[in-house]
Amino acid sequence: MTDPSRLPDITDARRKWEAATLRPHLERQPERKERFSTISDLPIDRLYGPDDLPGFDPSRDLGLPGEYPFTRGIHPTMYRGRLWTMRQFAGFGSATDSNRRFHYLLARGQTGLSVAFDMPTLMGYDSDHPRALGEVGREGVAIDTVADMHLLQKDLPLDHITTSMTINAPANVLLAMYVVAAEQAGFPRDKLGGTTQTDMLKEFIAQKEWIVPPRPSMRLIQDMLVFGARELPRWNVISISGYHIREAGATAVQELAFTLADGIAYVQAGIEAGLAVDEFAPRLSFFFDCHNDFFEEIAKFRAARRLWARIMRDRFDARNPRSWWLRFHTQTAGVSLTAQQPYNNVVRVALQALAAVLGGTQSLHTNSMDETYALPTEKAVMVALRTQQVIAHESGATHTADPLGGSYFIEALTNRMEADATQYLQRIDDLGGMVRAVEMGYPQREIAEASYHYQQQLERKEKIIVGVNEFVASEEPAIPVLRLDPEVERKQIDRLRHYRADRNTAQTRRTLDALRRAADGEENTMYHVVECVKAQATMGELCDVFRAVYGEYKEPAII
Amino acid sequence: MSEGKIRIVIAKPGLDGHDRGAKVVARALRDAGFEVIYTGLHQTPEMIASAAIQEDAAAIGLSILSGAHMTLLPRLMDLLRQQGAGDIVVFGGGIIPEEDIPTLKEAGVREIFLPGTSLDTIVRWVRAHVKPRGVAA
Repeated sequence: MTDPSRLPDITDARRKWEAATLRPHLERQPERKERFSTISDLPIDRLYGPDDLPGFDPSRDLGLPGEYPFTRGIHPTMYRGRLWTMRQFAGFGSATDSNRRFHYLLARGQTGLSVAFDMPTLMGYDSDHPRALGEVGREGVAIDTVADMHLLQKDLPLDHITTSMTINAPANVLLAMYVVAAEQAGFPRDKLGGTTQTDMLKEFIAQKEWIVPPRPSMRLIQDMLVFGARELPRWNVISISGYHIREAGATAVQELAFTLADGIAYVQAGIEAGLAVDEFAPRLSFFFDCHNDFFEEIAKFRAARRLWARIMRDRFDARNPRSWWLRFHTQTAGVSLTAQQPYNNVVRVALQALAAVLGGTQSLHTNSMDETYALPTEKAVMVALRTQQVIAHESGATHTADPLGGSYFIEALTNRMEADATQYLQRIDDLGGMVRAVEMGYPQREIAEASYHYQQQLERKEKIIVGVNEFVASEEPAIPVLRLDPEVERKQIDRLRHYRADRNTAQTRRTLDALRRAADGEENTMYHVVECVKAQATMGELCDVFRAVYGEYKEPAII
Repeated sequence: MSEGKIRIVIAKPGLDGHDRGAKVVARALRDAGFEVIYTGLHQTPEMIASAAIQEDAAAIGLSILSGAHMTLLPRLMDLLRQQGAGDIVVFGGGIIPEEDIPTLKEAGVREIFLPGTSLDTIVRWVRAHVKPRGVAA
């Protein structure tokens, strides 16, 4: 970028500027505060120039779009070729309610589906389990059986759209239900495109919806990886997720580092399951948060691509360039939304979405303004989707690949994110890898510390949130909130009980027994899960097998 | 009695795993001098009531983001009253629509803090409204 022999001149010029121009100016007008830092509290300097990038080599550190190390994007033409997938996360009430929302979104130009499940489904309980009381259909859709999955998929072109399912502990069950229902509707499994999240490490770290302990969880994931590699050529079995880590209070660097460390653990697990790295790595995808600090987020995405490319090529010896790609979905930061003056959230989401696009995301969810109150209304979701369409078609941000590449500030920040994340990765390696680190509570503690630190900064007004700790309004107009049908739980339980009563229970039992033997032994459990689903086993029955064989996970409660 | 003797149970009712708020509030109350017991995740109303009674807690702070508050919070209040612990001060926060707050207060929940509430506000509220058990508030 800059001829290294000219750096002393540049440094010299900067010193002169400091003496002749900056200092007198500061005497007249001091800066607003002594220390400027990102939302993650990374210090930011007054000015960045060529001397902030010593040893910077654009061909080595950036490469060209579509080429190693992909700092500038994984595709040569980026959004000139194809826009990102606009994928709004949706799901509530019954499968029929959610299916209606999917049709609504597709009719308005959304290009992929993303399913939110309710809490009992995330924890592997049937809707009539005592623990499900009051939770059915509340925070997502309730899916107990393959019959529910048929309702969820009704009239959707499953061979043309891709479906992302935010499901982890019972990801094997939901994947089996998706495949079985689609096949029964006439879509062959090799045509099915989509993603199951299946990232249990981040569940233990942050999202905290689990069934069995970390090690058996990893074994079930291995079975899914093998199944995916053999049976589902268009399916991303794992979406390695930083989103929940960030939302739980991590800094941008922690999000980046812990997510890649989880990724390393899954690649190792796949290799230990007997797969060649290039057999499954091209289908690993990622999922990041996009928070308020515009440049920090862009730098995070760029650093993530570069780091992962190096990890895959150098550490795992992957040979297929697609294994080096860090493809990612982004969701704007739910945690940044405010209940106060909720219309301001539209602006926050727009800035975050723009950062995700400038960071080169492959797919995007924009949050709705009303989500600090409840699941979003149709109108609020529409504004969120339109925000993406405005960025895509009006802002000009899509005309060129990596528009901010070469900015001294962005490159210095990208380097800093990479260096700090690398230190964390080293620390996790020293602890014996991410599974061990999670068992020790290491990332959990780091995140709790960061989250408390940030909250204290808010209390001291070192960080400002408009409408919350500054520019507070005394009277606020209420905004409409989505109300769910209170009958959803009762109706879902009725349907589930009829389903159980109408099936051949002896056949269901036989398949569940076979699953139990596989889980106890070495056989791949995923094929058995598919058989159980075909034999009309329910979500809870399947997960009870895993609970019986492996025990339930209990987190030590630490403040 | 000194403030240090006031015991508060911080609990996560229901199945949602969002524990950032619960942990931050627990830590702030502890730093403010209260004795804080954090139950951990995925607690039923029965588990929370029995923990609070066993620990002789003066207050219960609940964090719920799953949307099940209208079922689980009134149920907890009933359980506390049935077990002679209706004097335990119950407060909460999370993703709760404003229009649900009056119903929750009628059920006996003393205060609901919405997202964005400062820790200082919560600590001052607890100081003002929670006395050691057996002392009239």
